[in-house]
Amino acid sequence: MPTPADRRPDPEELLRRVQDTERRESRGRLKIFLGYASRVGKSFRMFDEGRRRKERGQDVVVGAVQSEVTPDIAETLSRLDVVPTISTKHAGRTYEVMDMTALFRRHPQVCLVDGLAYDNPPGSRNPQRWQDVRELLDRGIAVITAVNIQHIREQQDEVERITGKRAANSIPQEFLNEADEIEVVDAPPEALADRTGNKDMPDSRSLAELRELALLLAADVVDRQLQDYLEAHDVAARWGAQERILVCITARSDAREMLRSGLRNKARFHGALLVAYVEQPDLRPADREKLEANLALARELGAEVHCLQGLDFVQTILDFAREQRITQLFLGHSGRPQRAWFGRTPVDRLIDGADGFDVRLFPHEGKP
Amino acid sequence: MRAGTKGRLKIYLGYAAGVGKTYRMVQEAQALRQKGIDIVIGYFESHGRQDTIAQTEGLEVVARRILTYNGAEFEEMDVEAVLRRKPAVALVDELAHTNVPGSERLKRWQDVHALLDAGIDVLTTMNVQHLESLNDQVFHATGIRVRETVPDWVVDEADELVFIDLTPRALRNRLERGVVYAPEKARRAMENFFTETNLTALREMALRHTAYEVEERLVADPAAASETSGAALDSQTAARTERILICLTGRPSSAILIRRGKRVADYLHADCLAVHVKVNETDREPVERHMSFARNLRIETHVVQSKYVARAITEFARSQRITQIYMGRSLPQPWWKAFRETVVQQVVRRASDLQITIVAERHRSSTIVS
Repeated sequence: MPTPADRRPDPEELLRRVQDTERRESRGRLKIFLGYASRVGKSFRMFDEGRRRKERGQDVVVGAVQSEVTPDIAETLSRLDVVPTISTKHAGRTYEVMDMTALFRRHPQVCLVDGLAYDNPPGSRNPQRWQDVRELLDRGIAVITAVNIQHIREQQDEVERITGKRAANSIPQEFLNEADEIEVVDAPPEALADRTGNKDMPDSRSLAELRELALLLAADVVDRQLQDYLEAHDVAARWGAQERILVCITARSDAREMLRSGLRNKARFHGALLVAYVEQPDLRPADREKLEANLALARELGAEVHCLQGLDFVQTILDFAREQRITQLFLGHSGRPQRAWFGRTPVDRLIDGADGFDVRLFPHEGKP
Repeated sequence: MRAGTKGRLKIYLGYAAGVGKTYRMVQEAQALRQKGIDIVIGYFESHGRQDTIAQTEGLEVVARRILTYNGAEFEEMDVEAVLRRKPAVALVDELAHTNVPGSERLKRWQDVHALLDAGIDVLTTMNVQHLESLNDQVFHATGIRVRETVPDWVVDEADELVFIDLTPRALRNRLERGVVYAPEKARRAMENFFTETNLTALREMALRHTAYEVEERLVADPAAASETSGAALDSQTAARTERILICLTGRPSSAILIRRGKRVADYLHADCLAVHVKVNETDREPVERHMSFARNLRIETHVVQSKYVARAITEFARSQRITQIYMGRSLPQPWWKAFRETVVQQVVRRASDLQITIVAERHRSSTIVS
């Protein structure tokens, strides 16, 4: 079993990590509240955290507020210092732009920024507010901000599929990944329906779909952060909260059935699907052809295909599965009925060696 | 879906003590009280947290019942008193709690069901690690074997589920400030359970599980049937064709097998059955325990008497139109039996037209630091 020491990072990787750490140390911390719809309470949670931090003695200011605020937010704001935004008219539209000069001069410990996805008018210091936030962070100011999933660029196709609408302004998901902390503001859709007065509110079914999307997005960000953390601390994690399925393809396997089932499991668990085969130099032409056809099918279905090198099929697969934190491994039954004599079949050895993951054997093509 | 007379259940789901589940629940209780709804506290655990205690002011409390066990006094929810009081809504903290021996019901979730059956709505809290199906995964990730569990169907049937989030960093800050536990307990907690990696892993499980519950409610919604989204389509077509069979023995690993098989069955909307092949009278007690554990999770259980285990499993699977068999690994064979096939090998050979899943034990990953 490989220990963390077996996977020493190369020098460039180490240098990148050192630089990352240095950058992070001088950079302000970024915390993002993520919600699935307007009115789930993101802004309130953000300002409330600011208020509590101020009460604990931190120097907190508000850098941007949305135009309409609820009474509870107004009450919280009254206890905080606000650096007002600058109103700018451009092409008949009014923009609220963060007063960066004033913020830099004031240089608080923590800056609260609502409406992260806002656009700035043409000719501004930065085209978008999230870029202003990045500048604050670079100057060592911690930022707490809030964003709605409909404004995450990479999620907008999915949001549009659900709601039929697409927000004009957006932030890249990469910025979300940069956050030191991301906190989900969850509420059942029923609770939002109570807070009337918003005609743009999607129906309860769409809200439920948006809610699921936001939860899964947060889970992915959290998973990434965990893996980064473990890597930075040289810990080989062999587990995760996500189902990860590895389909092992050989020349003999019924790839279609395994991939179909793999895709279905991936969809239901919101997991990951990987496909692997072990390179075999002396494969007969007929088998080679079959293998190529299976791999082509896997790629066609959008699976990530890995070609593994290794003398021992079983050990190669086991190592790869461990490295990839696999939870379910799919494999075809042995081609012909094999009686295990003293020598064990590859399938037996794989089952014996499967540490922390399930092995699922699939029937061959043409069987009933 | 439940009948109109039954109470509605709302669960505030978190991933650790101190994330703010109880606080949010009490906040909501106050909001309901202000709307003039008849709400009482059936059971509430403040853990000495001042801000949470302050929140309960003005809420009616039904006195707890005091039970004596082994010479010590324990306080439990007085279910009879709450039933007599019959409020519209009862607040009952810590759904996963196990009642002290001598209580009428073993578990608090059973008490909660008694309230729901009487038409009382219930607000409650729990952490994701108390979900039965995640027990092994939690152990695998954190090294902690959670003893108090709630069957998944109890959560699946809840009318509302809210995820209460707090980042692990914020939670550890709260611990450091002594908000969650007394200083000495907080220090020990941060060194053991409340490590950054443990908390992050549990949080991810909670996020994914909430997403799953949201999706399940979407699929169950009849309006979803007309939708063309993948999940909805899937549930309409392939759903009931999959049937999973779990092969039970008296070995301890059977518990893992049951949880794992049921979890996959739930996610795939597959039927789930369990069978034990009885060869002789050995292992009677552990087998019976596993069977009742399976039934608790709403798995249909069967016993087949036969000297030939693999043949009996295969025949049973065929007669029940099973598509997938779940088995534990066979024990390592002593050398003088090494030429004989194990039960797993025999089933694999006999049922090569079925999917067979061999479930490995989940060990604590050995190299986790915080």
